[in-house]
Formats: sequence, structure tokens, C-alpha cells
Amino acid sequence: MFIDNLTTESLGNIYIGLLGLAILVYAILDGYDLGIGVLLPIQDEGHNDKMIASIGPYWDANETWLVLAVGILLIAFPAAHSELLQSLYLPATVMLLGLILRGVSFDFRAKVIEHQKQQWDLTFKLGSLITTLAQGYMLGIYVTGLRSDIWAQGFATLSAVGVTAAYVFIGACWLVAKTTGDLRTKAIVWAKYGVLALVIGIAAVSLANLTLHENVRQLWLSAPTGLVLSAIPVLAFTLLGIGYLVLQRLPEVEGAGDKLPFFIAALVFTLCFSAFALSYYPYVIPGQMTISETLSNSDSLKFLLIGAVFVVPCILLYTVMVYRIFSGKLESLRYH
Amino acid sequence: MDVFLLSRLQFALNISFHILFPTITMALGWFLFYFKLRSNLSAHPVWMRIYRFWVKVFALSFALGVVSGVTMSFQFGTNWPGFMERVGNIAGPLLGYEVLTAFFLEATFLGIMLFGIHRVPNWLHTLSTLVVALGTTASAFWILALNSWMQTPQGHEIIDGVAYAVSWKEIIFNPSFPYRFFHMMLASGLTASFLIAGLSAYRLLLGDNKRAPTLAFKTATYTAAVLIPLQIFVGDLHGLNTLEHQPQKVAAMEGIWETTEGAPLLLFAIPDEEERTNKLEIAIPHGASFILTHDINGRLQGLNDFEGEHPPVAPVFYSFRIMVGMGMLMLLVSWIGSTYWLRQKQLPSWLNKVFISMTFSGWVATLAGWYVTEIGRQPYLVSGVLKTSEAVTQIPADNVLISFVLYSAIYVFLLLAYLRTLMVMCRKASDVEEYSRPEFTQLNLQQAES
Repeated sequence: MFIDNLTTESLGNIYIGLLGLAILVYAILDGYDLGIGVLLPIQDEGHNDKMIASIGPYWDANETWLVLAVGILLIAFPAAHSELLQSLYLPATVMLLGLILRGVSFDFRAKVIEHQKQQWDLTFKLGSLITTLAQGYMLGIYVTGLRSDIWAQGFATLSAVGVTAAYVFIGACWLVAKTTGDLRTKAIVWAKYGVLALVIGIAAVSLANLTLHENVRQLWLSAPTGLVLSAIPVLAFTLLGIGYLVLQRLPEVEGAGDKLPFFIAALVFTLCFSAFALSYYPYVIPGQMTISETLSNSDSLKFLLIGAVFVVPCILLYTVMVYRIFSGKLESLRYH
Repeated sequence: MDVFLLSRLQFALNISFHILFPTITMALGWFLFYFKLRSNLSAHPVWMRIYRFWVKVFALSFALGVVSGVTMSFQFGTNWPGFMERVGNIAGPLLGYEVLTAFFLEATFLGIMLFGIHRVPNWLHTLSTLVVALGTTASAFWILALNSWMQTPQGHEIIDGVAYAVSWKEIIFNPSFPYRFFHMMLASGLTASFLIAGLSAYRLLLGDNKRAPTLAFKTATYTAAVLIPLQIFVGDLHGLNTLEHQPQKVAAMEGIWETTEGAPLLLFAIPDEEERTNKLEIAIPHGASFILTHDINGRLQGLNDFEGEHPPVAPVFYSFRIMVGMGMLMLLVSWIGSTYWLRQKQLPSWLNKVFISMTFSGWVATLAGWYVTEIGRQPYLVSGVLKTSEAVTQIPADNVLISFVLYSAIYVFLLLAYLRTLMVMCRKASDVEEYSRPEFTQLNLQQAES
């Protein structure tokens, strides 16, 4: 089989590609359900049930992409996995606690008596917020190459806010697509704020990013790579602009256009992710460890790849199937 | 406290909390499939009622299993970097296959199972229930293959301290794997059976005299009655397998210090590791030799043959007795229960209460069993290949102390919330009206139950 003939280098590229795919899909999918968690009003005005129902059938599978991403890192780049997670021990713990809280709140709230429901909603919101902040913070520290000085902390804080804003934006877009009436109108307003926050966030993170690593700065500021690369932020800002205009026009008609903001958000996520990926390739940890330095044993990776070749397309297929089954506006998605 | 001890405590805490929920869902998934099939085959809505109650318990347990499982995948890196450095070439792909073939399957089709009943055709809903059950079983397959390899490693070679795969077939189907797999699946079956029986009994106690709890109760009692003798049989085989491959573990389980011919079966004792002897022994002469070698004068190796290489004796010794004791209790209760069910339509109230007290007996037995096998593997992480102390992280102990305290707090909170929610669900279900459409007559009910 062709897998047997793969060179170490192409194996490394395949696995870093799979890792990238898992992280990107995670950010988009769990991104929207985390964002909706952050958006959940503390005082329920009748929308909480709908907001949570809009993510009901999906959140479990969405979170599984994180397990896959961490799994691939663990399996293919074990040295990077242990270096990263030991450096980020406390923020990773905080993130896990956040994920635990929100994951269980979701199920508890549907089963308890009415007055406890509000407490679980609060836990859901807090858990989601803790998770998004911790993920953004870790991303920030990661991008600095695991530094811990004051500048790195500042950058990580910026990144924490930026990632949270991005998740809130995509969450609001999801609500626009899935809901009707008051909640939809509200979600449109949230999404518009989200666009503004994201424009500022992307600009700030991009500029800060240029100051971090000499080779990244050179990559971005010299022709011809710079020209190709700078197309990415230009495209992202254009898309966000279009997104804002679409959101402006949406309140008039409920219909097919409601899905557009979500797809725009997903595209913007993809663009931001590509900018990161192209900046740091072939590093697994920026400035610290490259793919070839941390790649694990080829034979084991080939053994896993044989299965992955068959299973990953199936996963994508049935994920799409489930999204189609539950597509369209939320009617009375009942948890039975 | 040092980072080694704290990391071990934290891992033990995490995995003990985690295993509670897969132990329920692995078999509950199959119960749900059975309920769904019965619902498809009979005209009576009672099976759907049962399904709808237990699918909620499944969803809640599954969510707790997922979130505590995510934690586990991080801990390998955060606390046990040496594990992946030394045996990652073996462990990695097995974990990878678990994520790919099981986690996505379960999580995705669970969405259809919970929310899709009015959106998809009935056959697809039934199929989704089956797929989720298969997914949980596949998950058990891979993780138990890895755990069994850590107990009885084979199919690999060591080059410069690092393990490399030679034969994946031998790695996956290592000597202890088949026994551990069936032992665990049966443990899950028993845990789910006693959970169903216990909560159904609780609903009856609350005055819920509808058909659903009674029928679920009966189904679960019969299932337990069939599974427990199987479990005792498989457990015995597993013990013999352990004797062959990990004699020091069996010596700790039986509290045998000196190699003996005709070793006694200790019903109770207090192992004293400093003096390397037992106190307050209550023993059946020649019992251990008879059970383990099927010869009353059979020779059993003692712990003193493995000094410095055997596990701490007391926790293994006690856990083993708790597990076996719980198994015997399950046998007694499920058989008495079945005898009553065969003769009459309800159980006497004292027996109902016994079943309520046994609701979580599966948890106790499963945890005790895992303590036997996991503590029994010490001081090794991978038998003969990697010592636990060699795999631990170098990060400051304070960090682990902080995370350990946080995890402990949140797990206690979640466990209490889980138990409380189960009780609330029973109360809510008890308040629901019985299905009383005229077409479902007593006749139909009898058909449904037969």
C-alpha cells in the first residue's frame, strides 16, 4: 500500500495537516457552542432554552475534535505534547475545569427542577467563559514560543480576549442561522458587535505577532512571500466587512440569507488559522521544536494512518449527515 | 508531598471518577438498544417510556464520562511525559484508534438518539442507538487493549529503552486482553443492571406504580441473575491468567508471603508489610491453592520471591475482598429477586429496599477490581518495561497540588449533583401520568411483557 512507502518527511506533513484540520474544525464547531455559552444571559428572558437547544445535538461531537487534536499531538508529536502541557499546566487545568463545568451543566439543566436550572445556566456560562479565556491565553503563550515574561503575558491576555470575541461572533452567527423572532434580532446585534471586536482583535494580534519572531517578520515583510501572505488579512477584513453589511440587511427578511454570516465566520476562522499555520510551519512549537525534531516512530504512525485513511472521511461524512438532519430553523427541538 | 505521589493521587482520582460513567454507559447503551427493539416489536408504548427515561440517564452519564475523559488525555502529557516517551509508539496508535473509531461515533449518533426521534425515520433512530452501543464497546476494546498490554506486554522490542511495535496483532491480543475485556464488559452489564433495578425500585417506593418501572426492574433483575455467574466464571479465568503472567499480583491478592504448597484461602487478614506477615488471619486451609491450581497441595509463589518488585500488599488484598464480596452479594440478591419475579407481580417491600441499597454496588465492585489490577501492577507502569517513577513529570509539586485540590473539589461536587439529579429524575418520572389510551388494553400489556 502507498502508506508503506511514505517518507518520514511526508508522514510529518500528513500528521501536522491532520492536527491543523482537527484544531480548525474544533475552533469552528466548538467555537460556536462555546460562544453561545458566553452569550447566555444571566437573567433568563425566555431565550436560554432555545439558545441551548440550538447546540443540543452537536456539542458532544464538537468537543471530540479537541480530543482528536490533543490525541494527534500526543501520538505524532509526543515531545511537543509533553513540553506544551507541562509549560501550560495551570491554564490547561483551568480550561479543563471550565470544559467540565459547561459540559455537565448542559445535561444537568435539562433534568433538574426549575429553580436549579438557573444555577446550571450560570455554571454553563461561567464554564464556557473560563474555557474560551483559557484557550485564548494558551494560544497566546504558545505563539510566543512558551515564554513567560511580562510581554508574553500581555500578548496572551490580548489573545484570550480575542479568542473569546471570535467564539462569541461565530456563536452569534449560529444563532442567527438557527433561531427566529426576538432571539434572532438579538443575535444579529451580538454578531455585529462581534464583527467590530474581531476586526480590532485580528489587527492587534497580527501586529503583535510581527514583533514576536524574527523569521515570521521577515516572512511577512519581504516579497514575494509577504505579498501572498498579506492577501490573507486583506481577505479576512473584506469578508468581515461583507459580513457586517449582510447583518445590517438581515432584520428585514428571515430566510436563506440567515446562514450566510455563519459561513463567513467559518471562512474568517479558516483564514486566520492559515495565517498562523503558514507563519510557523515547520515548527510544532514556534521557535522551539520543528516537525522532524518531535515526530514519533514512523512504523507506529503508518499503522495508525491506515485506519485514519478510512475512518476520517467517515467521520466527516456522518458529521455532515447529522448537521443536515438538524438543519434549518429551530422548531421545537425537544430533549426527550 | 512530592510530585510523584501527587501525580499518582491525581491520576487515581481522575481515573476513578471517570470509570464510574463509562461503566454505566457501556452496558446501558445495549440496554437501550434492547428497549428500542422491544418498542419496535410491540404495540405497547411502555418500552418507549422505559427508553425515554433511561436515555436521559445515559446522556447525563455520558456527558460526565466525556468531560472527565478529556481530562485524562491531557494528563498523559502534563503528569506522565515518560509514558509517551518510552512506550508512546505502542500506546499512541491504540489511543488514536479509540478516538477515531469510537469517540466520534458515540458523540455524533448520540445527538440523533437524543434529539432525532421526530426528525429521522424510526429505523435510523434504532440504528443510531445500535451505533452508540457499538461505539462504547469499541472504546472499551481499544482502551482495554492498551491497559492489558501495560499489564502483560508482548509484540514489541526495546531499543535504547524505547518500545517499538513488532506485531500489532500480538500487542492488541496480548495474554490478559480477552479476559480483561469480558470481565469489564460483564462488570458494566452488572453495574447497569443494578442501577436500573435500584432506581426502578426507588420509583416504586415513591409510589410510582406504572408499568415502566416494574418492567425495567424485572428486565434488569433477570439480566443481573444471568450475568453474575458468567462474571464469576470469567473472573476465575482472569485470575488464573494473572497467576501465569503476574504471580506477584496474585500473591498480594491472596496475602501469601512465603512460597507455599497448599496455601490457605484467607477470608480475612491484616497484611503487615513491615513485618512481612499477616495478622488476624481467618483462613480456609488449602483454599487458595485449590482455587488457583485446582490441586489442594498446589504450589503458590509468595511475595518474598519478589522483594522490591511487588505491589503494596494491603490495598490489593482488601480491594480484592471487597470486589469478591460484592459479587457474592450480587449473586444472592439477583437470584432471590428473580425467584420472586418468576412467581409474583411485585417484590416484597424489604427486597425493594435491598435493591435500592444495591443501586451503586456495581461501582463499588468495579472500582475495587480496578484497584486490584492497577495497584497490583506497581511498581511498574508497564510490567517489566517501565517503572511508574520513571515516567513522572518534573514540574513543581505545587502546581500539581493546586490542580489536585481543584479536581477533588469539582468531582465531589459533580458526584453529589449526579446522584441528586438521578433522584430528581425518578421523582419527576413518578409524577408523570400513566399512558392510558384505550387501545392499550391489559391484553396488549401482556403481549409486551411476554
